[in-house]
Amino acid sequence: MEILVCIKRVPDTSENELQLNTGGNDIERDDLVYSINEPDNYAVEEALQIVARTGGNVTVATVGGEDDEEVLRREMAMGAKQGVLLSDEAFNGSDGKGIATILKSYVEKNHYDLILTGVQADDGAAQVGGMLAALLDYPFASLVNSIEVVDGQKLRIGREIEGGNKEVNEIDLPCVLSIQTGINEPRYVGMKGIRQVASIEIPALSASDLGVAEATVGEAGAKVTRIDYFVPALGKGAEILQGGREENVEKVIELVKARGGVN
Amino acid sequence: MGRIFAYITHKNGVADDSALELAMAARKIDPSASPTALITGWGSAIDAASASVASSYAEVWKISNEKLAYPNAELVRKALVQVVPAGSIVLVPHDHFGIDLGPGLSVRLNAAFVSDVLAVDATEGGFLRAVRQEFGGQVSAHVRCDLSSGAVITIRPGAFKVPAGATQNGTIVDKSAEIGALESGRRYIETIAAESGDVDITRHPILVSIGRGIQDKDNIAIAEELAVALGAAVSCSRPVVDAKWLPKSRQVGSSGQTVKPKVYLACGISGSFQHLAGIKGNPFIVAINKNPKAPIFQVADVGIVDDILEFLPEMTDKLKQVAVG
Ligand SMILES: Cc1cc2nc3c(=O)[nH]c(=O)nc-3n(C[C@H](O)[C@H](O)[C@H](O)COP(=O)(O)OP(=O)(O)OC[C@H]3O[C@@H](n4cnc5c(N)ncnc54)[C@H](O)[C@@H]3O)c2cc1C
Repeated sequence: MEILVCIKRVPDTSENELQLNTGGNDIERDDLVYSINEPDNYAVEEALQIVARTGGNVTVATVGGEDDEEVLRREMAMGAKQGVLLSDEAFNGSDGKGIATILKSYVEKNHYDLILTGVQADDGAAQVGGMLAALLDYPFASLVNSIEVVDGQKLRIGREIEGGNKEVNEIDLPCVLSIQTGINEPRYVGMKGIRQVASIEIPALSASDLGVAEATVGEAGAKVTRIDYFVPALGKGAEILQGGREENVEKVIELVKARGGVN
Repeated sequence: MGRIFAYITHKNGVADDSALELAMAARKIDPSASPTALITGWGSAIDAASASVASSYAEVWKISNEKLAYPNAELVRKALVQVVPAGSIVLVPHDHFGIDLGPGLSVRLNAAFVSDVLAVDATEGGFLRAVRQEFGGQVSAHVRCDLSSGAVITIRPGAFKVPAGATQNGTIVDKSAEIGALESGRRYIETIAAESGDVDITRHPILVSIGRGIQDKDNIAIAEELAVALGAAVSCSRPVVDAKWLPKSRQVGSSGQTVKPKVYLACGISGSFQHLAGIKGNPFIVAINKNPKAPIFQVADVGIVDDILEFLPEMTDKLKQVAVG
């Protein structure tokens, strides 16, 4: 099976305390730790496990700039055969539909049986996979937490729904699936693995290479734009204990016992 | 501005809480609008659900079709594009169904898409100004959406508070005949219920809940020891389950369990809305987190900015001393 996984490099929110920049139009990006968007990493692992069973190749693609090559290489070190960078100034300022339009052009110039994305990225929008599927007129399923290859024509997939229940579907290939975290245990990637793929060439494809009409992407095509970032005024908020650790420990024990009815 | 629709999700004939929240959101987008409910399904279930939403919407468009008995988002989308007029605004709850339906629906309606909206500031000159969150809730953003060709907007569950009162006596308009054959490359087979686990976290008055901040499988013991000393149970956030450090039955949140303890100790948990969605009954929340800006401090009653790997063992030691002494 030929599988494409669409990935994104994002600031690691569990490693960073995010600050706004002075203009309020972006977060302060200097000194941020970046990594692969977590669900995307699960998607790549899933793709690798599928091709290990059925044969075929995994390609990873991202829309971005030179800095984003590092996540392509990281996923290639996991086992993806090829990385592709979709890069053009005309892509800047794209909304979700713009990104999906760029990916669609790439998919149409190639042949993939299965396309995976992560459920959502740093903007929490959970939009690109479903849009890409609709643009390609492929079936789509979101929040996928299990994949079983039935035959060359279809998959049996699980979707995570409320309360941890699983909705089982059959879906025809080619299709687009957005992958939920926890579907597998992504393999470890060491520095050594990354060095081994360091010299593999990563093609960069521009709007004209892809045949993307510039008016449909970037700022020109965006119907949704971000005006600014802000940190909302705190509501009531927690009472932050200011004591030393020992004092805080005692205070918490006292509170827990009082409120929890323990003696 | 186009007509505003609210897609109603329902189960066993009962409309979801989001049905009313979407009506509120519609009024924020356009105070003069009278939003229309859109409902799909089959049989007595859709009839019961339509009748109940008619008390909150002036008009209910009902699409009854055997193929829509289970809400397969692919089929629902195909049905909706046949009845929703161009330029409309369609509101959908931002849950496992809305995530499935929304993006593709916007493409098919050639409409803008804004997801997970928490608040609406204004609608001016054909643009909507709304509030969303990014980066796991650490930062909020204002977004502007061009409404000229309509929009699909998914609404954060619980974000639009519903005032009591103001009932409608809505009319139900049957749109079922406008739907052609419904086929999709995705077919619903069955729903498998979540497995129940060794410990039922929904029944415990005190929960020691751990998040990604616990950092390693070996550190789970720290939480377990504290729970024993406190007479509590250990629950967790999703990353702990994803990493297979605890079973799924211990996960609190929209895709896990709903808990109603008296005290909830959130340890190394950032406080995402999906996690908070599983905490009900207004417990006393104590948050311990090393990041003073973690969103959990906005909802907690008491906060401690500290390293849980040091704070929790000290709590356990202290409790043991007290027990002995
Ligand atoms: C459809 C969907 C459904 C979801 N359902 C759920 C759900 O049911 N339940 C759920 O929990 N999540 C759910 N999630 C995931 C959710 O969006 C968040 O990603 C998740 O809740 C984050 O978990 P966390 O707070 O443990 O991790 P993070 O957001 O990574 O936060 C870790 C926190 O630990 C702190 N920390 C790190 N080290 C330490 C230390 N040594 N001492 C003290 N503090 C420390 C950090 O400052 C940070 O605030 C869902 C997501 C999606 C898309």
